[in-house]
Amino acid sequence: MSTPSAEHPGHPAALLHHFDTAEQQKDASTLGMWLFLITEIMFFGGMFTAYVAGRFRFHEAFKEASNTLDVTLGAINTTVLICSSLTMALAVHAAQVGKKKQIVWFLLATILLGCTFLGVKVVEYHDKFVHHHVPGLHFHFPGPNARNAEMFFSIYFGMTGLHALHMVVGVGLLAVLAVRAGKGWFTPDYYTPVEMTGLYWHFVDIVWIFLFPLLYLLGAHFAITGH
Amino acid sequence: MSNHIVSTRIYFAVFAALIVFTWVTVAVARIDLGLYFNTVAALAIAVTKALLVVLYFMHVRYSTKLTKFVVAGGFLWLVIMIGLVMADYYTRAWIG
Repeated sequence: MSTPSAEHPGHPAALLHHFDTAEQQKDASTLGMWLFLITEIMFFGGMFTAYVAGRFRFHEAFKEASNTLDVTLGAINTTVLICSSLTMALAVHAAQVGKKKQIVWFLLATILLGCTFLGVKVVEYHDKFVHHHVPGLHFHFPGPNARNAEMFFSIYFGMTGLHALHMVVGVGLLAVLAVRAGKGWFTPDYYTPVEMTGLYWHFVDIVWIFLFPLLYLLGAHFAITGH
Repeated sequence: MSNHIVSTRIYFAVFAALIVFTWVTVAVARIDLGLYFNTVAALAIAVTKALLVVLYFMHVRYSTKLTKFVVAGGFLWLVIMIGLVMADYYTRAWIG
C-alpha cells in the first residue's frame, strides 16, 4: 500500500485525494470513530441511567438479586476481556512496526479470548434459566421483593445481552481483519482498520469494566455481613 | 501526533494495573464500608480502569487536541444525563 499507485503517481495508494497527508487522513478516521463511540456511550448510558434509577428506588431487591450472580465467573470474564484488550493493543502495535505475521496471531488471540468471554456468558445465562431468574412467566424469586428483583434481572439481561451482541460484532470484525492481515493488507503506512477496530474493542471492554462492579458486586458485602 | 507508537512496555504495565484493580474491586466489595462508600469505591476503581484504557490502549493521550475535546465532551454529556435523572429521582420525595 505504501508504493505509489500507477494511476496516482503523486501519492501513496492508501492516501485518498481529499486529504493532504496520511496523518490528516488518520486523524479524521480517529475523530469519526470516536464520534460513533460517543453515540455508543450514550446508548449504553441510557441503560446505566435505568440501572441507577432502579437501584435508587429498589435498593433491597437489587442487592438481593445481585447476590445471586456468580462473582467468580464475572471476575474471570473481566480478566479475559482485559487480556483481550492487551492482545488487541499488541495487534495494533504489530501493525505499526510492520510485523505482519504478529498482527494475525494477536488478532486470532483476541478472537479466542472474545469467544471465551461469550462461552462463560452462555454458562451464566444457562444458570439463570435453570434457577428461573429470567424475567417473564416462569420467573421465581423468594421473598417479598420478587417483582423488583425481576426488574434487576431485566436490566441485567438487557445490559449484558447488548454487551454480548457488541462482542459478537467485534469478533466478526476481527475475523475480517485477520483474513486481510493474513493477505498482507496492513503496513506501517496504512493500518487504520486495525486501529479503529481496536478502539471499538476497547470501548466494549470499558462497558464491561462498569458492568462488572455495578451488576455483580453491588451486594457483595451484604452477603458477608448479612445487613 | 497520531503516528506515535506506544512501547509494549507501557501496554504491559497498563495491563498489570487493570488486573490488579480488578482484584482490588472484588476485595473492596466484600468489606462493608457503609451504603454509599462501597458504591463510591467501586465506581472510583472502574473510572480509573476506564481512564487507563482510554488514555493508553485507545491512544487518546497521544491524539490530537480535537479528539481529546470530543472524547471529554462525550463523557460530559453522559454525566449530564445521569446527573439530571438522579436530581429528579432524589428530590421527588421532598415534595411528598
